[in-house]
Amino acid sequence: MAIEVNGKTLETDEEGYIANLSDWSPEVAEMMATEDDCELTENHWEVINFLRNYYQEYQIAPAVRVLTKAIGKKLGADKGNSKYLYELFPYGPAKQACKYAGLPKPTGCV
Amino acid sequence: MAKEPTFETPKLKEYPVIPLIQEGAMQHIKPFVAKAEFQERLGFPGELVEGWKDVALNRMGELLSQYRSVQVFLDACVKCGACTDKCHYYLGTADPKNMPVARQDLLRNVYRRYFTLAGKYFPKLVGAVDLTEEVLEDWYRYYHQCSECRRCSVYCPYGIDTAEITMAGREILDSVGIGQKYSNEIIGKVYKIGNNLGLPEPALADTLEGLEEEVKADTGVDVRFPLDQEGAEILLVTPSADFFAEPHVDGLIGYAKVFHQAGISWTLSSYASEAANFALFIGNYENMEKVARRIRDAALKLGVKRIVTGECGHAWRVAYSFWNTLIGPFDFLDANYPQPQHICEFTHSLMKQGVLKFNKAANDHRIVTFHDSCNIARASRMGDKPGGQFVIPREIIKACCNHFYDMAPETIHEHTFCCGGGGGLLTDDLIELRVKGALPRMEALKHVVDEHGVTHLVAICAICKSQFAKVMPYYGFDRDMVISVHQLVGDALDMATTH
Repeated sequence: MAIEVNGKTLETDEEGYIANLSDWSPEVAEMMATEDDCELTENHWEVINFLRNYYQEYQIAPAVRVLTKAIGKKLGADKGNSKYLYELFPYGPAKQACKYAGLPKPTGCV
Repeated sequence: MAKEPTFETPKLKEYPVIPLIQEGAMQHIKPFVAKAEFQERLGFPGELVEGWKDVALNRMGELLSQYRSVQVFLDACVKCGACTDKCHYYLGTADPKNMPVARQDLLRNVYRRYFTLAGKYFPKLVGAVDLTEEVLEDWYRYYHQCSECRRCSVYCPYGIDTAEITMAGREILDSVGIGQKYSNEIIGKVYKIGNNLGLPEPALADTLEGLEEEVKADTGVDVRFPLDQEGAEILLVTPSADFFAEPHVDGLIGYAKVFHQAGISWTLSSYASEAANFALFIGNYENMEKVARRIRDAALKLGVKRIVTGECGHAWRVAYSFWNTLIGPFDFLDANYPQPQHICEFTHSLMKQGVLKFNKAANDHRIVTFHDSCNIARASRMGDKPGGQFVIPREIIKACCNHFYDMAPETIHEHTFCCGGGGGLLTDDLIELRVKGALPRMEALKHVVDEHGVTHLVAICAICKSQFAKVMPYYGFDRDMVISVHQLVGDALDMATTH
């Protein structure tokens, strides 16, 4: 499968996660969000950027508590919880946010 | 993703109703097929092999001679029908091929055609069928609509283990090059990185450090989450979801608090950072041994005296029923403790010794019920008495919680219904099956919610927890209703008094 962003064809897996992390650009996230009828706000970008930075360092998406703690520090303690993350990413923060950030899908019993 | 396929969530009825059959209702459901690189990592062909029919029949013949049980199960069925309405996937989907007997017959009919005298000469008389591409596709579809939960086996007068038929079906599929993406990719990650998630050591260390800070902030106590600590008394192996996901992580915090209060040194291993063993799901013993051996190797390297497994259903089945054969003997461990030991057995014995003090009022805002996980309920035991796997978790819950109500008797203990996501089916490409398969458990839950005001469903399996958190909103329940046994423990533990 593939998606088209800015005239460039990007390979994806069956569920639309991009295959090559280096193909990612902010437009990829914007396009995926549009398809999900989701508008990306600054708060979404906080999460997406954190995921990308964490992935660059650790080669894995952050555990949910690592993420909520980081977001709590950035956006205020009331937002440092998974309830807030589900508001931003209703299909599940771990998966939907990873997809927009160009990360592979988390696997396992999650 | 993210727009999920549209389907109708079954309605919760006041009393369970056996649905009228709907031929082909789940014919459209099949999981993604594994790519060649993941197949090959497990020692399977990368894609459908040439002459696949001979390869499949060959493998079937090998399984029949290696595992007498498979042949007995294929021969023994008398079509009495006792299993037909016992499967949560049949009850939730109405597809007749999800009746356990019909699912088995997909393999049984081919077995008869090629391995029995009557089937070779008079196939039509005995319902024997040729192995065709359509049959192979039905195997792939319907052997991935069984969670190997073995509820049907409880009701079978011959004790036919449907899960073993499903495992044989998946093993034959793998042998011709058609494996399931979800399970096989995950097993490959265990080989490469050490756990199902693909969580490398630095990320694990960082995550555990964060949890130490969190517990310190919450309780003021320095509860440690040690990693790769040589000479520790206990090696804890737990599903990697415990590090990563909610509500699992609060269970992990609960284990750590128990170890802390008991004053017993423990460690996690970055090499064996996974209790789960998905090779069980695909019915492949070579891979099952390879996954399990990492745990033995880690225990030897770290020089521990005991191995304790965390809250994971099938991991406990593998540990309890298969480890000794696969990776035993455990003569290097302390003979005073069962090998392996379940975290619930561990907590329970400390509780009985009076080492752990609980403040039950800490859980007074919760009215709880308990979901028996299929692999723990029907394929293992805890403690030294029959039925310990039912009693021990409940005694722990009641010791740290004032409000506990069981669900209906035909839905708990050995009669428990699968969460709907077990056996390698906890994947988004099977979401329709998962939602529908959860129906019987959701009906039983609804009953105690209405009757007793139950607010939380307590589980002891990473798959159950993730599955419920995902599918419960489809039935109008909040995903936060699911919690770990050891979250209740951790919340009620009196951390002020130390051992």
